[in-house]
Amino acid sequence: MRKTRFNELHKKLGGKMIEFVGWEMPIEYSGIIPEHMAVRTKAGLFDVSHMGEVLVTGKDALAYVQWLTPNDASKLAPGQVQYTALMTPESTFVDDMLVYCIGPEEYFLVVNAANDDKDFAWIAGHTQGFEVKVEHQSDAYSQLALQGPLAEKILQPLTDIDLVVMKSFHWAKGRVAGKAALVSRTGYTGEDGFEIYTMDPDPGVIWTTLIETGRPLGLQPIGLGARDTLRLESKLMLYGNDISDKTTVLEADLKWIVKLQKGDFLGKPVIEKQLAEGLTRKLVGFEMAEPGIARPHYPVFFKGQRVGEVASGTFSPLLKKAIGLVYLPIEGTAVGTEFEIEIRGKRTKARVIPTPFYKRAKK
Amino acid sequence: MYPNDFRYTKEHEWIKAEGDEALVGITDFAQHQLGDIIYVELPAVGKELAARQSIGVVESVKSVSDVYAPVPGTVTAVNEALAQTADLLNKDPHGQGWIVRIKIKDKKDLDGLISAGDYEKFLEGLEH
Repeated sequence: MRKTRFNELHKKLGGKMIEFVGWEMPIEYSGIIPEHMAVRTKAGLFDVSHMGEVLVTGKDALAYVQWLTPNDASKLAPGQVQYTALMTPESTFVDDMLVYCIGPEEYFLVVNAANDDKDFAWIAGHTQGFEVKVEHQSDAYSQLALQGPLAEKILQPLTDIDLVVMKSFHWAKGRVAGKAALVSRTGYTGEDGFEIYTMDPDPGVIWTTLIETGRPLGLQPIGLGARDTLRLESKLMLYGNDISDKTTVLEADLKWIVKLQKGDFLGKPVIEKQLAEGLTRKLVGFEMAEPGIARPHYPVFFKGQRVGEVASGTFSPLLKKAIGLVYLPIEGTAVGTEFEIEIRGKRTKARVIPTPFYKRAKK
Repeated sequence: MYPNDFRYTKEHEWIKAEGDEALVGITDFAQHQLGDIIYVELPAVGKELAARQSIGVVESVKSVSDVYAPVPGTVTAVNEALAQTADLLNKDPHGQGWIVRIKIKDKKDLDGLISAGDYEKFLEGLEH
């Protein structure tokens, strides 16, 4: 099993370790619910070093990123970040990812751990005709996420980067706890917060300093369990559950990352066709209308017909109810529509509700 | 930690005999492993249980686990309080967090279960 550079620190903090896509990672420390609530009300620190990083450089770097993704990377100035996707020609997902604009000829891509090698192969396999160099840098990087309303307060004394002026989806380079790092105002929780990337071979001090500084303010280390409940409440996609190479970007209700005006890109013809013809199904949020918790892969029925399975489903620690995401036939996607989920052999009522399930109050 | 008048299974259920009947629950070790318990699916009163048959399901945020009958019997009562406060299984697993009361089919079946001392030894073995 692969280990991040913080592995021993997780064990020292009592992290319950599990295998996740080949990595030994903490699933929880104090418990999913207290960790979840710490991020919503104070702050939480995540080791997300299993994420993948790819650097794209060269004269055609922008044109190349534009070809591989549906969002418009030309809108990015150096210092900005964008949520987008790696798309197949069918407009389904190789992965979803963040694009960091480092400079006009330099882009930094952050992809899912589960897809890291597949993504790099895809990226490296589509360079023909572009003057670019692609470097797989996942092994060199460690990544931490500091999330929650107190994130800025905790991080600011430990870095020379001015966080007050850093807007959402922006990044800057500087030092954190003395180590060279790239810090962006991004995350996977629906809260304010930062992601910290470092190539330092010995980055443990960043973790320990953040823990020591944040603890008195209520910061907790957070495992993958709460990472999943936090992202789902905010309707942030999980590859393999909510999006995959079988779901299109429009079906996933991610039209906001599709910019047709920008020019040609992989998958665009299929997107235009789906826009013209309309969708047959779409990803929607639901809550259970009867007792029970829907889990991924539970069978889903609409008007008595089996129409698929639950994409994501869990108990929401904040809302204290069972929530989830599911692809439903387009006629069943209106808010309030009832359908059924089979839980241990029993068809149990669920209903479509607005998403995100949780949205933080703006300052 | 583990009451001496209970019997245990290696699947981490406990049973406390009271005359012909018995209370059944999950052990402190089990609730620690599961984490925050948020939902318990209970059986119908009157349900006949074979040995090792599922009596219910315990769900934490992340996991779904069956609870099995330690011995054959018939469900005479379920812990209705769990419908609203499933976390009793975390807070008081050997007391208020009981799951079902059963009428034991044959009290001799209890002899096949392990004592508190043996259960604790079994747990020590798991940790190594």
